[in-house]
Amino acid sequence: MSSTNTLDTNNHENHEDHHHAPPSGIGRWLFSTNHKDIGTMYLIFSLVMLFLGGGMAMLIRAELYYPGLQFLEPDLFNNMVTTHALIMVFGVVMPAAAGMANWMVPLQIGAPDMALPRMNNWSFWILPFAGAILLSTFFMEGGAPAFGWTFYAPLSTTFAPDSTDFFIFAVHLLGFSSIMGAINIIATVLNMKAPEMRLMDMPLFVWTWLITSFLLIGAMPVLAGAVTMMLTDRNFGTAFFDATGGGDPVMFQHIFWFFGHPEVYIMILPAFGIISHIIPTFARKPLFGYSSMVYATASIAFLSYIVWAHHMFLTGMPVAGELYFMYATMLIAVPTGVKVFNWVATMWKGSMTFETPMLWALSFVFLFTIGGFSGLMLGIAPADIQYHDTYFVVAHFHYVLVTGALWGIIAAVFYWLPKWTGKMYNEPLAKVHFWLALISVNVTFFPQHFLGLAGMPRRIPDYALQFADFNYISSIGSFAFGLSFILFTYIVVDCIRNGKPADARPWGSAKGLEWTLATPVAYHTFDEPPTRAEILAESQHS
Amino acid sequence: MERKKITKGFWIKLVSVPVLMFFFAYAMVPLYNVLCDITGFNGKTGTVKTEKQYQVNEERLVSVSFFASTSPGFPVQFAPKESSMEVVPGKFYNTSYIAKNTTDEVIYGQAIPSVAPTDAALHFKKLECFCFVKQEFQPGEEVEMSLRFVVEPEMEEWIKDVSLSYNFYKLDS
Repeated sequence: MSSTNTLDTNNHENHEDHHHAPPSGIGRWLFSTNHKDIGTMYLIFSLVMLFLGGGMAMLIRAELYYPGLQFLEPDLFNNMVTTHALIMVFGVVMPAAAGMANWMVPLQIGAPDMALPRMNNWSFWILPFAGAILLSTFFMEGGAPAFGWTFYAPLSTTFAPDSTDFFIFAVHLLGFSSIMGAINIIATVLNMKAPEMRLMDMPLFVWTWLITSFLLIGAMPVLAGAVTMMLTDRNFGTAFFDATGGGDPVMFQHIFWFFGHPEVYIMILPAFGIISHIIPTFARKPLFGYSSMVYATASIAFLSYIVWAHHMFLTGMPVAGELYFMYATMLIAVPTGVKVFNWVATMWKGSMTFETPMLWALSFVFLFTIGGFSGLMLGIAPADIQYHDTYFVVAHFHYVLVTGALWGIIAAVFYWLPKWTGKMYNEPLAKVHFWLALISVNVTFFPQHFLGLAGMPRRIPDYALQFADFNYISSIGSFAFGLSFILFTYIVVDCIRNGKPADARPWGSAKGLEWTLATPVAYHTFDEPPTRAEILAESQHS
Repeated sequence: MERKKITKGFWIKLVSVPVLMFFFAYAMVPLYNVLCDITGFNGKTGTVKTEKQYQVNEERLVSVSFFASTSPGFPVQFAPKESSMEVVPGKFYNTSYIAKNTTDEVIYGQAIPSVAPTDAALHFKKLECFCFVKQEFQPGEEVEMSLRFVVEPEMEEWIKDVSLSYNFYKLDS
């Protein structure tokens, strides 16, 4: 199975002369233009932010452990809810996905590096500064932003603390970072892929990231526009969202969600790509319906631009508007259903084994589908009147983002860790971690469906007594889930330090150009593009 | 085969997408207003230029309720003269709002209307309204501000009650 790789060793003999070893010291990281180093930095950054955002989630759940106010003043609770979401979206899921893309896209398309390596360095190094600006608002007069991650006007314009201007600047920077990252990925995929690789030969992770990049360059500038309008409304006397000057606060929601809805697919599409690699590997069958997967991803991306107002059914829309946005939303279930069907069909009659990446991928399919179904329920305009702004919404988006996007990222870490580090992680311990995380995440978020259906509002630090039991269960689950990430970090560090050497193709049945490289991956790879025969041998086609 | 070169044209295309989308966010402002005018979205009312003749069905009656509110920091008392009226769709009616400046300063303000339900907003038309222009209130002055409106007969039959509310905002000058 694990064919040794003549390609890579050849590269090394021929090209040793013009490649330098990685520079030593901090300079290697600060000035890096190497896609692998930058990918690693993205992943480490997102792990650090995961602990920060997760810590805030722990404080939120600690406050909600009992009814009444215990630990957090309502204002601080609102700060926590807002920053937890912003960090998880812009500091964890998006950088982790970008880190995966940096590492894997060039390897999967046989490219020597990203197309624009210096911009790549800049994309990453903006992030820590943006994160620091965002977090510095906690130490400012008036406190951190407390208006929720959706920062609806006029809460974020007329009634927000002065620190909001720092929040706006942080969002601008985060937007710059992801737009540059997206431009880089588009340029890399379209120009740097092996000349013999056709578009429909590309692995699905590359496809999903290419489509995600188009979502990013389309949606993030709209967010930048929204926060710029906020900035001028707050400081320079414009009235985009202020009815006094002829503006309209509801328009803020339209502009925000025009960005916000593509944003949720920006977070989930890379995970779709990852799952489409892991399931065929451990089912030992080619991916079912490769081309339908590509078309389904593209249709999801297109539809994501025309359904935004389903987040705003309660703003007072004409019935025709509600009907349109309801039907368009339902329509997204079709391509998503195609993808879930294809994953299940890939497993059908496969010789399945259940290594850690496969466990994460399988639970992804199941749990993401639960999140998808609660999304359908929320998309029904008349039913949404009941569910809107309750814990049902919280349960829904945590199922799609935690057990969806984050699950995909964790699955990818275990799947590619042997390739990155050249070492094998501790499989039994990784399985313990999986079961701990799987059980605790469901204990945390499943009861929140019931809380929401019973009417518990989101973003409130206190609640009525009838909600006490489920909140108690949910908080206990969340503490266990939080602890599971300490175990996760231990497994990754232990793999890097003490892992046993891994094969070039640690999962015997894995396909993809990345597995043709020696393990651990050399600092520079694919100086010579792979040939057509190599590409076809490693393709996902049946 | 050689790898493709990144051409200048490719660059321009790639960078122009985010730039255009940034301006698209601003373009959504006028687009939104046009959309609201066409659909009555968000309770935006329409206007008519002249006393147009409508097909009138004397049998049909719609109840119109009037509401008033002021935004924080607007020191003028503001209320409708009548709280509601029964109107026949297609006929023009007059009513008015009363405002009293309780301070000893000149106050400027702008009223913004909103109609509920949204499906009625499209068919609620004003011929004259104090909301068309900014209002000036002399110290201690009480004014009656008039409104002439019509509910168009095209409004769906199921709508029996229409609410019109005005919110007054303070202007600096």
